[in-house]
Amino acid sequence: MNKISVKNLNLWYGNHNVLKNISLDLPKNQITAFIGPSGCGKSTLLKCLNRMNDLNEECRITGEVLLDGKSIYHNTDVDTLRRRVGMVFQKPNPFPMSVFDNIAFGPRTHGIRNKEKLCEIVESSLKSAAIWDEVKDNLKKSALALSGGQQQRLCIARALAIKPEVILMDEPTSALDPISTHKIEELALKLKPDYTIVIVTHNMQQAARISDNTAFFLLGEAVEYSPTKELFENPKDTRTKDYIEGRFG
Amino acid sequence: MQKLSEKFMKAIFFTAALVSVIAVILICLFLGINGILTIEKIGVKDFLTGTLWQPLKGLYGILPMIIGSIYVTAGAIILGVPLGLLCAVFLAYFCPKWLYRILKPATDLLAGIPSIVYGFFGLTVIVPLIQRLFGGSGKGVLAASLILGIMILPSVISISEAALRAVPKSYYEGALALGATHERGVYSVSLPAAKSGIAAGIVLGVGRAIGEAMAVSMVAGNQPIIPGSILSGVRTLTSNIVLEMGYAEGLHRDALIATGVVLFVFILIINIMFSLLTSKERNK
Repeated sequence: MNKISVKNLNLWYGNHNVLKNISLDLPKNQITAFIGPSGCGKSTLLKCLNRMNDLNEECRITGEVLLDGKSIYHNTDVDTLRRRVGMVFQKPNPFPMSVFDNIAFGPRTHGIRNKEKLCEIVESSLKSAAIWDEVKDNLKKSALALSGGQQQRLCIARALAIKPEVILMDEPTSALDPISTHKIEELALKLKPDYTIVIVTHNMQQAARISDNTAFFLLGEAVEYSPTKELFENPKDTRTKDYIEGRFG
Repeated sequence: MQKLSEKFMKAIFFTAALVSVIAVILICLFLGINGILTIEKIGVKDFLTGTLWQPLKGLYGILPMIIGSIYVTAGAIILGVPLGLLCAVFLAYFCPKWLYRILKPATDLLAGIPSIVYGFFGLTVIVPLIQRLFGGSGKGVLAASLILGIMILPSVISISEAALRAVPKSYYEGALALGATHERGVYSVSLPAAKSGIAAGIVLGVGRAIGEAMAVSMVAGNQPIIPGSILSGVRTLTSNIVLEMGYAEGLHRDALIATGVVLFVFILIINIMFSLLTSKERNK
């Protein structure tokens, strides 16, 4: 079953055509990876899925993105959309407040004031993000005091706290060391049964390790999209083959 | 040859730097020696906690002026800071580009208006308005606070705006990605993140308010009394000096210089607070 469908999506920054006629379906409860060289448009496409591109005034979009069959660009409240489609950024971006307040920010935004309920959500989110044991004694401490890897798992916990259906990850491990990277990858696999995950990555091994499907992008085009194993072992397009064999990018 | 001209220029730069340092040292020495000797002569307690300022009778108590300065400064903060802060938030997060091109120079211009012009504005607009609304002379704590509140706006606005713009965009984006509205992102994430920079702007505003003499002396009424209400006349440390320096001599003149020392200590404290706050901001 498809959670998200992208149909004939075109995106311009000013006069620059960044995404060219993209169409792909993202299956529910699977991990889909977007790979490709820098500037290929993979992060831009990711941001189309929760409309973070709306923040850029220069940005123009045609085509359609459907979430559970319904357009997210027409007749949809953008705040509700982002509640359903959470996001984890390239650079960990915890708010300059306590660990607790970071996680509680989302639920509070959506009207939960009850202290007990908030504690419950904070604990379960931190547990799901596999960071509870490391921070449970320091919930009042500033989140900025955590290590980079912990900050990123905190950001994942923060995204989980609003109970999204989809989690978008924009190169979530590119700023992290190998051990933290491994933890985040494990976490993504652990979350898969309950969430639909889309991950943008520079790291082809990462895509191969954790994703079910992989899309390869080049110069704003989706060159090839197929099950991960197939794409890496038996690429159909020569450009995909060249890229995964390391001839460019 | 190259070496020589380089040495020459170095000497010139060094002298220029030295001149400003020497100026500060001279001011400190002049104020310090004159002031401290005078304060000793009058008596520390009589000078700082005396409530009567009657030079003709030899009474030099500046407590009314200390309290007056604190009152009008506090008033200026209460009136000016919320307005300036909201204005900074608007400029940084809500203002359309075309409007920004008008508003930004306008707030900067506010900083360039000579204080005597503010005084005139107070005298011809604010004082009559207070007169009509509340009766009395119109001159006093309220009028001075209003004028100072306007005068501190540029410092509060420009420093707060810079602090808000320095907040990493990723905080705001993180909030939006959680389904927060623009307003919630701004008020509950970006604004708190800028708080030490905003505090620095407020402290600078306090410095400006407490050091202002001309505009205040035009609208404050200038009675050397501890004000009993916000409509009561008030005299600040600065206006005390400005009003009497022209004709004072002997101990009276020295007492005014000593008033300057007290003012100088206030400003010093504020400057230290300012640099503590800004260094905290930088260390983050």
